[in-house]
Amino acid sequence: MKIETRTVGDVKILDCSGRITLGEGTMVVRNTVRELVNADNKKIILNLAEVNYIDSSGIGELVSTYTTVTNNGGQLKLLGLTRKIQELLAITKLLTVFQTYEEERKALESF
Amino acid sequence: MNNTANEVEVSICSALDNLELIQVLTDSLTCFMHFDEDSAHWIGMSVRESVTNAIQHGNKLDVHKKVDVRFEVLPDRISITVKDQGAGFRVDEIPSPLDSANLLKPSGRGIFYIRTFMDEAEFRCPSEGGTEVYMMKKKSNQGE
Repeated sequence: MKIETRTVGDVKILDCSGRITLGEGTMVVRNTVRELVNADNKKIILNLAEVNYIDSSGIGELVSTYTTVTNNGGQLKLLGLTRKIQELLAITKLLTVFQTYEEERKALESF
Repeated sequence: MNNTANEVEVSICSALDNLELIQVLTDSLTCFMHFDEDSAHWIGMSVRESVTNAIQHGNKLDVHKKVDVRFEVLPDRISITVKDQGAGFRVDEIPSPLDSANLLKPSGRGIFYIRTFMDEAEFRCPSEGGTEVYMMKKKSNQGE
């Protein structure tokens, strides 16, 4: 699991790759987002296009991340959902929670 | 492949590192059986969720307690049984992750995913203790 952080204007884009599973993968997401929130970043995009595997703990980490960001007055958007992540979010009604985008430009314009 | 079941049994200690061993084993079996890519993925995830629950919630990460995983391979299906040595739990007491009050909870979706992606999923409390999860997935095209 790797995350590379980019800055576009006042938006932080986290390019995630690999697996978000119980343990290391979920911790990497949690720690990276918390660092950004603690540094008062309010606009965050999680780019999941290169995430090739996620389990229920990973889905739970996305939910925790969403809660962390919104509780601190920020916004979190998801970008580039793979078909499988989309299905996991859809069947647990989480597509009603997250704002999701296929194109980075549209995700940036949504803030 | 003939019509008699082949069984593969593995017993692991309750360490999360062993999830990768089970994942590799599951993926090898579904590949050997020529499951389609999506089915193989969901079987692998369901087994992983089940073993995660057994290690984490059943055996409470006690490395002295075992998780027994048994794969039964038939021409048209695979069935998997995961058994832990924990205190057991009643599956009907698990809150639905779809209730609006639970949508933002960080956990509680694993069993829902297992039930969604497998053709059969049963959660049993055997008399000798622990929790036993049985799940089964049929091949979508038995002619393959």
